[in-house]
Amino acid sequence: MSESVNGVVFFMLAFATIGGALMMLATRNVVHAAYWLLETMLATAGLYLLLSAEFLALVQVLVYAGAVSVLVLFVIMLTLRRRSDAIRPFEPGLGGAIVAALFLGAVYLALTRFVAPAVEMPATAPGVVEFGQIMFTEWALPFEIASLVLLVALVAAVWWSREGEDR
Amino acid sequence: MTVGLPHFMALSAVLFSVGLYGVLTRKSTIMALMCLELMANAVNINLVAISRFVTPAEMTGQFFAVFSMVVSAAEIGLGLALVIAIYRRRKTVELGAMEELKG
Repeated sequence: MSESVNGVVFFMLAFATIGGALMMLATRNVVHAAYWLLETMLATAGLYLLLSAEFLALVQVLVYAGAVSVLVLFVIMLTLRRRSDAIRPFEPGLGGAIVAALFLGAVYLALTRFVAPAVEMPATAPGVVEFGQIMFTEWALPFEIASLVLLVALVAAVWWSREGEDR
Repeated sequence: MTVGLPHFMALSAVLFSVGLYGVLTRKSTIMALMCLELMANAVNINLVAISRFVTPAEMTGQFFAVFSMVVSAAEIGLGLALVIAIYRRRKTVELGAMEELKG
């Protein structure tokens, strides 16, 4: 990894990310929207590679592109049974657009006043080995708490979605 | 041209705004959850970018991004389980159909 981010690659990935997000909102078919979300997640994994976060890029592909997209597609299949159910009416939502634009404007104003701490990208980036070592020494307790969170979420998801006679 | 930290932050802000717009306007529960994932994704990009530019050796932002991914994975799993539970009772997943608490 060189000291600077390749501008061409960055703008290609940025176009893929934002374009995928916009297409996800522009398409009227929920299934197509799920596939655009998948494309956005894969482009984000490319951005992580650009930032030399190899492990996170791998996790992004595994968790978001692999698990979350399949989960979303399964729920679409289970809840929108007919083909016509997946086609949504056009929902421009002017109020939401105004709120989002105001938010974007506020963040833009904050960014123009933002002074980057280090303009030059640091040349050395630790690899996966250092990442694992820090993860299991310094961040061992949060790691265990995270696994507990996942366990509780798993049990709760099964509990909520089961076919019970009491409901 | 050189791409710096502000570029990544701007990209993340745009992505977050698109997700915010989707969450506020879509009337399908599944679309709203997908837009929530988009927002979590934007936050993760920001965390990783700041980690790379400011604390490259400690990688603090990367660990935050990992834990943020864990939480958002749990969130999407629970959210979709709720969608299925609601579908069992109502036979619909429209957000407009859930208005019992409307005063």
